[in-house]
Amino acid sequence: MRYIFCLILGLWPLALSAQNWEDRQIFRGAALQDAGANADAVQLRILSSTDTAFFTPIIHRFLADRPSVSIEYLVAGSAQIDHIFRQDPTQYDLIISSAMDLQFKLTNDGYAQPIEDLVTPDWAQWRQSLFAFTSEPAAIVIRRADFDGQPIPQTRQELIEALRARPEVFRNRLGTYDIRRSGLGYLFATQDARASETYWRLTEVMGNLGTRLYCCSGDMITDLANGKLAVAYNVLGSYALARSETASALTVVLAADFPTTMMRTGFVTASAPQPDLAKEFIRHLIQIQTEAVDPESFLLPPLIQSQTIPAQSTITLGPALMTYLDTLKRRMFLKEWTRAIIR
Amino acid sequence: MAEPGQVQGSLRNRLAVTLIGGAALLALLLFLVVRSYAAQIAQQGQDSILTASVSSILDAAVLRDDQVEIDFPYAAFSMLTTAADDQVYYAIYRDGGFLSGYADLPQQASSAVPKQFQTALYDGKAVRISTASRTLLGADVRTRITVSVAQTQDALSETLNQISTNVASFGLGFFMLAVLLSFWVTSVTIAPLKRLTTSVTRRGPQDLRPLTKPVPSEMLPLVNSLNTLMGRLNQSLSQSEDFIAEAAHRVRTPLATVRSYAETTLQRVDKEENRQALRSMVRAIDESSRAAGQLLDHAMITFRADHLEHEDLDLGDLVQELVQRLTPVAEMKDIDLVLQIDRPVRLIGDAILLQNAIRNLIDNALKYSPSESVIEISVTASPNPQVAVRDQGAGFPSDEIADLAQRFSRGNNARGTIGSGLGLTIAQDVAAAHGGSLTLSNTAGGGACVIFSV
Repeated sequence: MRYIFCLILGLWPLALSAQNWEDRQIFRGAALQDAGANADAVQLRILSSTDTAFFTPIIHRFLADRPSVSIEYLVAGSAQIDHIFRQDPTQYDLIISSAMDLQFKLTNDGYAQPIEDLVTPDWAQWRQSLFAFTSEPAAIVIRRADFDGQPIPQTRQELIEALRARPEVFRNRLGTYDIRRSGLGYLFATQDARASETYWRLTEVMGNLGTRLYCCSGDMITDLANGKLAVAYNVLGSYALARSETASALTVVLAADFPTTMMRTGFVTASAPQPDLAKEFIRHLIQIQTEAVDPESFLLPPLIQSQTIPAQSTITLGPALMTYLDTLKRRMFLKEWTRAIIR
Repeated sequence: MAEPGQVQGSLRNRLAVTLIGGAALLALLLFLVVRSYAAQIAQQGQDSILTASVSSILDAAVLRDDQVEIDFPYAAFSMLTTAADDQVYYAIYRDGGFLSGYADLPQQASSAVPKQFQTALYDGKAVRISTASRTLLGADVRTRITVSVAQTQDALSETLNQISTNVASFGLGFFMLAVLLSFWVTSVTIAPLKRLTTSVTRRGPQDLRPLTKPVPSEMLPLVNSLNTLMGRLNQSLSQSEDFIAEAAHRVRTPLATVRSYAETTLQRVDKEENRQALRSMVRAIDESSRAAGQLLDHAMITFRADHLEHEDLDLGDLVQELVQRLTPVAEMKDIDLVLQIDRPVRLIGDAILLQNAIRNLIDNALKYSPSESVIEISVTASPNPQVAVRDQGAGFPSDEIADLAQRFSRGNNARGTIGSGLGLTIAQDVAAAHGGSLTLSNTAGGGACVIFSV
């Protein structure tokens, strides 16, 4: 490996350290590794909701051609990102998040700048500013050990029946996003609710059995692997499959009735300190994600999936995404959800 | 030569400019009208979608325990999706107070009767805002909900630009067609005038027949006037020719009588004074008689030139016959007529006219030649059939050569020689009637040289 990435905590100003990052890493180009200091380096600051491990190979590839660049990769929850960024929009060059609705609203509110010459399908961009680079369905992840001899549910309805049939197995062993904290969880929940009433029945069944609420997919996968959970609903299947030690114990089910598919999106901020470099990074990212090169080292699901997912189930990038972000709508939705899931 | 007419403007240009200018004006008008109409329609389209979005939000508003709940449908915003990815803003107010959405959206909830549509600046962009209100009645409250939905106008201006481009290219196309059409119309309109000009120009100098070709009705008065004018001219010309011929004829006969009397008397008188007077008299009578003869010849030529006879003849034979006839006259002056003939010199022409013309040329040469000199007459066939007459006289005055062939014009050195000044004119008219020409020059030895070519 020509590059090392190191975690530096002490060197940063107090104002930034005060922020509670889930993860924070600095990647340096080859030319910067000997110098040790990073005073003169061109630095790109990426604020992202995606775990660092997924981006590491992409960043390394990017830095291979740009040895004098360093990248600071900051990870926060998707809802947090919106909050952090709106407070100080001049600090970051790139915002990458799985919460399409929040990303859309940031773009709509004029926080993104266009990249004119980037060619990507029309459905995968908005205003040539917000670009999608993955297609990832929300999955039901099942711990195979708890379904020994039982049929694996393929739809939400079958899941409801399976839960009702063996309540003693599933009591307090169900997991889903805490949609009050997770932007992506809220997006999945609202899109499910929009698609079918089955969502509310499932939520009530889960609420009756006792459901653990999580901030992130990663934590849910961990608890599935160690047996705390038997079923996790609306998890990113990519996270489960990415971990080889869990892949064998878990089954990822894409609900056959209506698989909700989200696209991870990124944009260059309107007041980015390094706009040109940030645009190059987006181009680099889209290129890797659309050309499907070397899936072994690049772990993120590609933008254009194989035919397993019907196209219409993908959440559309459009003004309608702002509907559930409305204060009144959100208040109502959370009230109803809380009533159903928390007993 | 006729004076060139005064030019003021051009019918063709005036017509073309009027047509093209009109077409340009119409094309521009078409562009502006269609564009403004398209803008209106496009704006109406955006307005109606914004109105639908506003009313779908308003319809979802309910009062529950004095709390406003608006569970507006997903479609309220999804209907605002445009190809140009227009940005969308909205704001919900309750009794003028902000409730949800974009707080800084230009609002007019405070005004008593909010305008339904307005265009305003938001975040540095022009947005179209649609606003509507609804009163909600609760158990003991009455509240007014106002909703504004705004959208940027990128798709609208894209549509408008596209329409403008299309209309502009249509307009330009129509204009180009109109230009081509107007050139065509102009040339078609001017064509009869050109044809008339050509047919008048092509006429021979003596052709004064009326124009009979059909012309457009607007040109008929012109053609009629032209015909009347030519008719009058023709009449007065033929009258004067007739008059001259008649006069010459009437004068010639008595002159012959007077001459013969004078000759007879000359035989009888012995006194030298009287003989001198009589000789002068005979000379004067000869001159008058010759002039009258030439006037008659000229009148005949004018008549015959219009009704040219075409017969196959040999120019050599014709000239030889003339020379034989004139040899006695030449011998009286001790002049040798030397004839050179390139045989055969065939041509189609009017024998009487040709004879007359060539006789005049030889007459002239005899008249201006001194005694004991030679007149060379050569007839050649190429390049054109032509007769050259060279004498050893004084030659033409070089400064007058151009004018000598005109009627009644005589050279300065011709005083004291009998002549009317019609000889060269007759020769030239005959040459012209046969499509040929008369060339005057002086030979190197000082004599005159006349080349009559047909």
